[in-house]
Formats: sequence, C-alpha cells, structure tokens
Amino acid sequence: MDTRRGALAVPKVRRVGFFTSAIEPTQDSSQRPNRSQSGPVEATTSSSPLSDSPSGNLISPVLIPPSRHHSDNLTSRAVAAAAAPVPVPGPAAFRRYLAHDRGLNVGSYNPPDSLLGTSPPSSNGEFSEDSVSLFGFQRSDSAKLSASFPNGGFDLTLAVRAPQEPEPKIATVSASEVTKKIAEVSGKSESVTTKPQKEKEPKSLKDKTTKAERRAIQEAQRAAKAAAKGEGNRRADESGKANPGKAAKKPQPKKERLPATSSVSVKTAVAVEKEKRMDVPQTQMQYDDKSRVEKAKKRAVVEQTESKNKVELFLHLPQYERGNQLPDLSSNIFILDTIHHAVYKVGLQHLAGDISGDNARCIAMLQAFQEAIKDYTTPPMKDLTMDLTTKINGYVSFLIECRPLSMSMGNAIRFLKNQIRKLPVNLSEPEAKASLCSDIGRFIDEKIILADKVIVQHAVTKIRDGEVLLTYGFSCVVEMILLYAHEIGKKFRVVIVDSRPNLEGQKLLRRLVTRGLDCTYTHINAISYIMREATRVFLGASSIFSNGTLYSKVGTACVAMVANAFSVPVIVCCEAYKFHERVLLDSICTNELGDPDAVASIPSFSTKAKHLKTMDNNKNLQFLNLMYDSTPSEYISMIVSDYGMIPPTSIPVIVREYRREHLLL
Amino acid sequence: QNQNQNPRKLETSPCFLFTVNSVAKMDFQVVILAGGFSSTLFPLVSKEVPKALLPVANRPVLSYVLDLLESNNLKDLIVVVEGEDAALKVGGWISSACVDRLHVEVAAVAENVGTAGALRAIAHHLTAKDILIVSGDIVSDIPPGAVAATHRRHDAAVTAMLCAQPVSGPSESGGSGGKDKTKKPACEDIIGLDSWKQFLLYIAKGTEIKKDTRVKKSILCAAGKMELRSDLVDSHIYAFKRSVLQKVLDQKPAFRSLKQDVLPYLVRTQLRSDVFSDQSNVEENGNGNGKNNMQNNEVVLSQILSNASSPSFHQVYESGLDSRKTHKCCVYIADESKYFVRLNSIQAFMDVNRDVIGDANHLSGYSFSAHHNIVHPSAELGSKTTVGPHCMLGEGSQVGDKCSVKRSVIGRHCRIGSNVKIVNSVVMDHATIGDGCSIQGSVICSNAQLQERVTLRDCQVEAGYIVCVGGEHKGETFARK
Repeated sequence: MDTRRGALAVPKVRRVGFFTSAIEPTQDSSQRPNRSQSGPVEATTSSSPLSDSPSGNLISPVLIPPSRHHSDNLTSRAVAAAAAPVPVPGPAAFRRYLAHDRGLNVGSYNPPDSLLGTSPPSSNGEFSEDSVSLFGFQRSDSAKLSASFPNGGFDLTLAVRAPQEPEPKIATVSASEVTKKIAEVSGKSESVTTKPQKEKEPKSLKDKTTKAERRAIQEAQRAAKAAAKGEGNRRADESGKANPGKAAKKPQPKKERLPATSSVSVKTAVAVEKEKRMDVPQTQMQYDDKSRVEKAKKRAVVEQTESKNKVELFLHLPQYERGNQLPDLSSNIFILDTIHHAVYKVGLQHLAGDISGDNARCIAMLQAFQEAIKDYTTPPMKDLTMDLTTKINGYVSFLIECRPLSMSMGNAIRFLKNQIRKLPVNLSEPEAKASLCSDIGRFIDEKIILADKVIVQHAVTKIRDGEVLLTYGFSCVVEMILLYAHEIGKKFRVVIVDSRPNLEGQKLLRRLVTRGLDCTYTHINAISYIMREATRVFLGASSIFSNGTLYSKVGTACVAMVANAFSVPVIVCCEAYKFHERVLLDSICTNELGDPDAVASIPSFSTKAKHLKTMDNNKNLQFLNLMYDSTPSEYISMIVSDYGMIPPTSIPVIVREYRREHLLL
Repeated sequence: QNQNQNPRKLETSPCFLFTVNSVAKMDFQVVILAGGFSSTLFPLVSKEVPKALLPVANRPVLSYVLDLLESNNLKDLIVVVEGEDAALKVGGWISSACVDRLHVEVAAVAENVGTAGALRAIAHHLTAKDILIVSGDIVSDIPPGAVAATHRRHDAAVTAMLCAQPVSGPSESGGSGGKDKTKKPACEDIIGLDSWKQFLLYIAKGTEIKKDTRVKKSILCAAGKMELRSDLVDSHIYAFKRSVLQKVLDQKPAFRSLKQDVLPYLVRTQLRSDVFSDQSNVEENGNGNGKNNMQNNEVVLSQILSNASSPSFHQVYESGLDSRKTHKCCVYIADESKYFVRLNSIQAFMDVNRDVIGDANHLSGYSFSAHHNIVHPSAELGSKTTVGPHCMLGEGSQVGDKCSVKRSVIGRHCRIGSNVKIVNSVVMDHATIGDGCSIQGSVICSNAQLQERVTLRDCQVEAGYIVCVGGEHKGETFARK
C-alpha cells in the first residue's frame, strides 16, 4: 500500500512529460525510433521486482518528451526522422513545422503521423503511474493502438486524408510484430512467472478489434486523470471513508498481485484479467462496458433509457434518450432529497440546456456548491472534510448524470476538493464553510471573470483597424473582446459563422448588432467562401490539452483548418483554468453526444416531422450529434490566456508551472 | 390572526412542526388549501362533511392529495381549512388516518377569506424559499414535483400547472337531463403562452370574458408571439416564490383569490414588477455575488422570451442592474395521459367517482376484482343481484334481491332493498334505499333515506333527507330548507 502511494505521488511532478535534458539522450537514442516498443522492454524489467522501487525504474519512459512540444528540440526531430520501423513520423513532423511556420497548405496535415509520433510516450507515461504489473500488456496495448490508428476508423474526424496511406499500414505490421516478439523474448528471459502473462496479453488483445484499441487510449487518458486526482484519492484512501468505492478498489489488486507472481498457472492470467478491470481508476465511464454500465445504472439518480440506435464508433460515450430525462428528473425533485436544491437546479438547467457555454456552466455549478456548502451542517460523529467531500462527490455524480461535465468544470471541482482537503483541522465549522465559500468566490472572480478581462486586454491589441474578424459559434470571451474593441473605437467587421442545431451564433449576433457592430452572419457550410474575407479568426475554447489540442464546440476544427489553408491566423481565447494536463489525440475518445433528434428535426420542415418519426426505429439510420471536436495544435497560431499570449506548445509549461499556484490559489 | 391550532394536533407542539417544515425538501413548503363548506357543492357538503372530506370512492378527497404528495416524498404539509368546525373535522380525520406517516399541520382560517386570505393568515409560517400550493380538492396523478422543478429551473416568481381540460359530463350511458344544470362553461380558462410554452403571458377565466379582453402590449411585444389556448385548465397547483407571494398579499389587501386576483396580477405585471424587484434582488445578491441575477434584467428576459436560450451572465454582470425589473411567470403543462380532475362541482364529483373506480383506477388504491369492481367481503348481496364492472360496494352494505348496480359507488353500511336499480350514482354511507327504487345519475348522501318505489334521475339528496314513497323526480335537489 505504501509503495503504491509512493508510486502514485511521483506522477504529480512529472505529469507533463516535459523534462527533456538529462535522461532523454541516453534513453532516447536507442529506443526512440520505435517508441511503442520501448514500453514493453522497460515494463518487463520493472514488473518482476514488483513495486519495490517503482519510481526509479519507471521514470525513464515517462521522461521522454512528446516530440511535438519541442519544435526546437533537434535531437528528437532527428531521431524521429531516422525512425526505421515507423517511417512516417519523421517527414511528417518536418512538414508539420513547415506548415506551421509558413502557414502552408492543408494537404500536409497527416494526423496519423502525428499520432504515431506522440501517442505512445504519453500513454506510457501515464500508465507508469498506475500500477507496475500492468505494464506488460498495457504497453503492448498502446503499441497496438498507435500502430493501428491509420487504418482504424480514424478518417471520420479528419478533413484531410493522409496521402501516404499504405505506409503507415506497413508500419503497423512491423511495429506490432516486433512488439510481440520483444514481449515474448522478454517473457522467456525472465522468471517463469511472468511468461504466461506476457504471452497471453498481446494475443488476447489481438483478437479484439478496434474497440479494444479505443479502450486502450481511453484507459491511458483515464490513468492521466486519475493520476491528477491521485493525491485526492490517496487521502481518501487513508481514511477509507470518504470514497468507499475507490478505497475498496485499491487494496484488492494488491492482494491479487502477490499470488500472481508466486503461482504459475492460469491463475495469473485470471488475476491479470481481473486487475485489468479493477486497477483502472474510474474517472471516465466506458459505456460499452456492459457490467459497469449496469452497476452505474443502479446508482443512477436520473432514470436513463439507452437510445436504441447507437452509433458504433461512439459506443463508449453515454447515449441516452433525451425525451424522458427532463420530465423524469423534474417529477422526482422531492424524492431525491440528498441533492441540495441549488445543485438540483443547476442540474435541471444543464439537462434542459438552459445554461450552455463552459464558463456559464462552471459558474452556475460553483455557485450551487457555494450555496450547498452554506447550508451544510456536519452530521454528528463525522468529519467535515470527509463528509463534505462525499457530499460534493454525490453532487458531482448527479451533475454528470444530467450532462457530462466539461473539462473546465472538472478542474473547478478538483480545485474545490483540494480546498476542502486543505482545510486546517482546528477550524470551526462556520469558519471552514466561510473559507470554502470565499475560496469558490475567489475562483470565480480570479480564474474566470478577471481572466476574461485580462484576455480581452491582450486580445484587443491584435485587432487592427479595417480588419475582418471571423468567429465561430458563441464564446463569451470572444464576445467581450469584440465589444471592447468596438468600445475603444477600433473599426472592424465581424463575420459570425454558425452551425445547426444549436445556432448559438445567433445570440452573439443579436447582441453585437444591438451594440452597433458591423456583422455578417453565415453558416459553416459557407466557410470556405467567407474565409477569403477574414483577416483573423477568434475562437473560444472548451478546453486546451497539454499537447496543444483545442477541444471546443464541434465545427471549430473545420474553421481552424480552413483558416490555416487560407493563411489566416487563428487566435484561441481560453482562460487558463480550462487547460488540462491530459493529452488529447482525437475527438472520439473524449466527446459528448447531444440529442440526436436535434440533428434530425428541422423546425421549418414541420411536415417532414412525421416522416422522421417513422424513421425513428429504422435500423439503418443513426443520428449522431457530436458536441465537441479537437483541433490539432498546428492550426492554432496563438492562444490568448490570462497568462498572456502563448503558442500552443507552451500549454504544458503553464499547466506544470502554474499548477501548484493554481491549486493553492 | 385567525390562526388556530387544531386541538387534536396539540400533542406535538406547533413550533416543532414548523421547524420540521423549515428544512423543507428542496426548500419547498407545501400548503394544501382544503377549503371549507363549499357552496357550489351545496347538497353534498354539510356541517358534518366539509369539502375536503367528501368521499370519492369511499375515501375523503383530501386523501388523494395527501397520497399524491406522499408518493412524492413530501411529508411536511400545512393544510389550511376554512372555518373552525371544518378544521376540527379535517384535523380529526388526518390524525386518525395518517398521523404516523405525515407531519401535517392543520390551520384554521376564518370562513370566506378566499385562498389569498387564507395564505395571508398563515403567511408568518412560511419560511422556505418557494411555496408549493396545492388545492385540496384535486384527484390527480400528476407529480407535483414537476411544477416545482420547472419553477426552480426558471427561477420564476410563480409557476402554474396547466393540464388538458378533463373530459366531463355524464358517461355515455348516463342520462343527460341534468347537464344544463351542472354544465361547465365551454372553456374554463383562457391562457396565453409564449411560443415555447414555457411562460404564462395571459390568463383569464373564460366566464369573465364577455366580448373582448385586454392583453398587455408590452408583454406581447417582448414575447413576439402569443398563443391563446382554451383547451387547458389551471390545475390550482402553483409554485410561488415566497417573497413575491408575501409581498403581493401585503400590498394588495383586496386580493381574495389566488387564481382570480394574485395570479393574473403577477402575469400582468411581469415586465414591470417594481413591486418585487428589490426583495428578489436582495435575495439574489445574498446567495451569491450578484453575478447571476440575470433573471431580473429586462433585457435578458426579452432575450429569453424571444430566444429561449441561456442568457449571458457576463453581459448582465457588466451591464449591472437594470432600472426595469421583471419576474417570470412560468407554466408546466402536464402530460395529456395524466389524470386530473378538480372536485369543484357536482358534475365533477360524479365524474371523479366514476373515473376513480373506472378509467383512473390506479388512483383509488384498491385492488379490483376480476369483474373490475370492488365488493367488500362483508357486503351482503341478495339473490339474482348483479354488480357490474366499475362498481364499488362498501363494507357492511346489504343489497336485496334482484338488484342491479352499474357504474356506481355505494358506501359503507347502506341498506338497499330488493328490485333496486342504481346506475351512475353515488350512494354514501349509511343510506337506506327502499324496494323498487330506481336511481340514475344521482348522489345520495349519507344517512339519507329513500322510501319504496322512488325514481330519481340526476338528483342530489342531502344527508339525512327522507324522500317519500313513490316519488318520481328529475334533476332536483333535496335539501331541508
């Protein structure tokens, strides 16, 4: 238990994967080319001693920096170019930088390449924090994942298809085979105990199709999130009260691991299988995992009926019928009396879509928590810290059931929990509550309101007279920037690009026009035409990940890509509290599904509604309403945050350097 | 001032009860307006039977409301009854029926103060942020939580529950002779909604509107479009913001009725609610840092009305408090599949009785036999007597030979002679019906006596009244003058 804690604590420091200098050249030069394979080798060596000193052994793979963050890191680029079994990343990396620097053409974008370049280190890095004996198969897992991406169902999100399709395929085969070989060899070279496990894993994974791979990525991300929360969980574990689910889960894999190493037979495989299920921390539900979904359903507060026609690629995301949720939830208002009424209200508003926009949702949630804390009284014989954390956890899971949280809300919740945990023990209850409330108030003021003001100040300097600014959808920061720029007398024109079904841009349009701004309103269909006029693109963000990927309302990526193709600078406005230390590679693993009917129904086509109704149960028809997409960092010229105007490559630095301060606040 | 505690409830101190209420569920307090001795139901209600205790399928109508609330986990209730005597009776029944399950506070107010007056009288007991007001004469399965949730979601000043007009009138087989007497107006309420059916823009009683009516121009302009509906009725379930309600009650002492005075007033003034702005602002500011008080901003309201989407809190934050204040009047429109009837007329009373043992039998709480009727095991049936479907025969009742009972409710310990026909009727407890009677579409109150060969059609017989031998009556009301 203690050693595990040690292992968990380490990642906090090296989460970002950005510590280049000392270790990198030695480790890297030999193993970098096929980084996906470096995993298993390391893992097998480290897995046998079993958690004696995990951190010492494990740091090395973690420290390999993702190449894309170092546009100036010559070694990594050179090595990547020389990579034999994975030939594509090298040239692609070069091209990417070229494209980035000169604002070149669209065709150069080759996402699979960039994936190959970056995905294994990130996922490996995250996993090392997780558990030691897992490594064997997790590594091969990730290798498989990275290799199979190009021919996976990845094209869906990409506007541009990779020109060198066959190449990555070859790379796939070689990489995965080598992986397997290495795994086997290492299995033999080591003690007998680990052998069956090593051999078994790649095979079993091979049988599975894309689903397994997808899950692997998600597990990686899950692990990342868990690592971030690690400290919190650890604390909770110590008492064993506050977080019974997790507390119960942690010790079990430990127990199982000991017999697994001593006994040889099938038991190990079973144990590993179990571990695989148990040891992965639960942060993101996989909705294609039947048993877990069943369990979650039992806990669920909101009655959710799963939608019939699911889109297969997004099975891992929650897909529910929207129609019944709101009436069900509202009629149950008095039955769910464990939820504070303010939180309940926010949940209803999220579910009904009354509040949209990340900042608004986050503020509404925080204010509800503030109110809940005000009304909170510690039950007798309980500790405020523990009990309040459980309470907040309950509220959070309720909110998640209403609508999946955004990244920024996750950050805010983490902040709040940290504050609760840090409360001095000798503080009386009213004092503690007051301090928490003022902390939340300060978070809203400083991280959102003030941050917006700073962003406006920064961004306004980028607006010159006579410019045509293009914006997509509705972002409150962008609106503030535009209004402020208008106020201080800049002469510019605004193009608002909007998209169905939410048509959020109309809200923005209405307000801008009433303030006397010169606006053009169009839908995203016309983006390639309207982009000719634009001189700058301002985008809002839902979150920005540490590889610089922008996670925002669906359609943003399209706008950014077109802007890139027309050499129009793309400026993303994002408060720093929305930065997330995870790495996002695509918009499949993490996304949110909206109401599919919203896509299907067109208000002006009321006569067709009947027709659609008959289509409802058609097995050949599936509606997909994605809420978010991810924009690769190469399409972003600049990010304006409250820490100033930064390139997307600087996100990890901010996340790392300001994390401590952010948490202390 | 007229507030009196029911003596039967004094064993638990009222203070304690109200402290229970003050931690109300979701910050809602529930008030049931049970009325007193209603005049519209004249021969049925009497000194012995206040309106709230009128039996529907042999259970007091109030029990349906209490059951509905209990099933929604609302157990701290305030029941307001008009008149001391009625309060005593209602309190007595409540304490005998559900003292173990519910915390019910029975408050007596003076007679004829109206619903608004009743609330005024108990205003000092209302502490929660929002008040859910339920009429005590409702038989329904619409969850009251829905209206509360809508209220909360929009942070409205008042939310009214509307439901589809109930199907009224005697059932197909019944006589229609009495219809002109008990007929409802063609449309009970005229209701104006915005195009998203979320907000109440206009409300008036159908009977009040003669030729023309006035609609506020400002509201119409702000909303852009108003949909006037006459197929919805106000269900008398409201959620009020307490501060708003109390302010209105204080400022307008002339207001007597919630539905006819308070609600239309709030709807009328929703765009210039200088009356409430201060207080609600204070409340808003009290619970946060004032950033979120978008609701009170007129700009935002018009935005909501026209856009039905989330207002931008930032804009409100920056523009600060506007000079013009507004409040929201929301509606919750119940699903059409839900059952709802208000027991406010004799016809409604007949309808409810018919439905509760018929179409809406899930409300009755009884289990039905294979013949879709309920015959208490202690009831005695004579030979060749048939009890049809959708009938109910209470405990200890005796029915003679060759009788036929169809679609009727017969109370406890009734004595019914031979050769009696009872169709579409309600016979309350302890009634006596002589041989050879024929009763159609009538209500026989408790202890009434029908002598031999009486034929009644669409009549009401007051409690304890004796109808003489061989009379043939149609559409009459028998009561002691």
